[in-house]
Amino acid sequence: MKLKKNIALSDTGFVFDPSTGDSFTVNPIGLEIIKHLKDGMSKDAILGLLAEQYETDAVNVEKDYADFTNMLHKLKLTEAHEKAQG
Amino acid sequence: MKKRKVNIAVTGLNAIDSPGPGVPVIRALRESTLFDTRIIGLSYEALEPGIYMHDLIDKSYQIPLPAAGADSLMNRLRYIHQKEKIDVIIPNFDAELFHFIRLADTLKRELNIHTFLPDIEQFEARHKVNLEAYGAQHGLKVPQSRIITRYSEIASLSEEFTYPLMVKGKFYEAYMAYTPEQVQTWFNKLSAKWGLPVIVQEFVSGQELNVTAIGDGHGNMVGAVPMRKQYVTDKGKAWSGISIDDPVLLSMAANLFRSSAWRGPLELEIVRTDDDYFLIEINPRFPAWVYLAVGCGQNHPEALVQMALGEEVKPYERYDIGKLFIRYSFDMIVGLEEFMKISTQGEL
Repeated sequence: MKLKKNIALSDTGFVFDPSTGDSFTVNPIGLEIIKHLKDGMSKDAILGLLAEQYETDAVNVEKDYADFTNMLHKLKLTEAHEKAQG
Repeated sequence: MKKRKVNIAVTGLNAIDSPGPGVPVIRALRESTLFDTRIIGLSYEALEPGIYMHDLIDKSYQIPLPAAGADSLMNRLRYIHQKEKIDVIIPNFDAELFHFIRLADTLKRELNIHTFLPDIEQFEARHKVNLEAYGAQHGLKVPQSRIITRYSEIASLSEEFTYPLMVKGKFYEAYMAYTPEQVQTWFNKLSAKWGLPVIVQEFVSGQELNVTAIGDGHGNMVGAVPMRKQYVTDKGKAWSGISIDDPVLLSMAANLFRSSAWRGPLELEIVRTDDDYFLIEINPRFPAWVYLAVGCGQNHPEALVQMALGEEVKPYERYDIGKLFIRYSFDMIVGLEEFMKISTQGEL
């Protein structure tokens, strides 16, 4: 999954979508995932990093990652919506 | 660079919960890097707050309500011009624009007062009453609309429309109606306040976006800033908003200027659904939030004055994205003598 290219992100977890004007706040783990997505990191690489960093099993990490990225999609922060909005 | 002295008269000094654009236009002019402005406020009522904002407005005059007719307005402007030597007038109300457009040539010829307005055909063509045809002509999608002038037409609306629908006044105000009975209520209210016809429009659900823009009258868009409403009052007015990056909105506005050769400022009201854009309304003037454009790096009122004076203006190419305006109300304390003066002598 890829994020819209123009998403603005602050170090404090404030996310701004300039094409819609929507803004959100995310917690430190959400911020980390969004940063990795913005850097173009693959899903597997992100899952590996999170599992290592938070000392949890791969199944839980994958489930939480899926929940989070589904939410990003629902909030129209993904590349699919970038194309829809021209 | 030395600033040029220009005397500019501005209307729309009210600031209720549906505020006029006059005060923000004046703030923009006061920040001009080109003009040293003397601002003459033109008001309709003694309680318009702009009259008492002496840091923004140098002198205010009452002018007759549009119902008094164009001749009455012209006579009053002759008197004001004698005292103030007005260079440019910027009218900011829909309801007064018809007279100002009609008087534009006389103002220029007789008093050398410049305006920068659309012509009557452009002004009428984009009217809410004609918006569906206007949209089709300029390649913009507009929700299905119908004009109603009689109470008896309301019953048949359900044959064409699905409820809820929007009921709109000729000049201002719009209400959502869920039943024919509610349409009747809004029809009565709007026709009593703004006259006939009343416009019924299909309700389109989506994100409310606006664009403030200005055209040079030759098909070029001189500037445009799109905004998404962040906080909306119960009158549907944006009380805060944020500038956004939406190339589709900008290209809609640019296409409109290209195909209509619109002269002067306008505001586009647009609803963005998941996969489309619908033009809801075109306001033929600056919106009350035009100061956001200045905050984003585009001083549209300054550009208007330049064009009114016959100067060429280079179109703005960029604006800041993610700038917010947050409106607030402010209580001024005014001495009775000032209120008395504007009430009895018509000037302050």
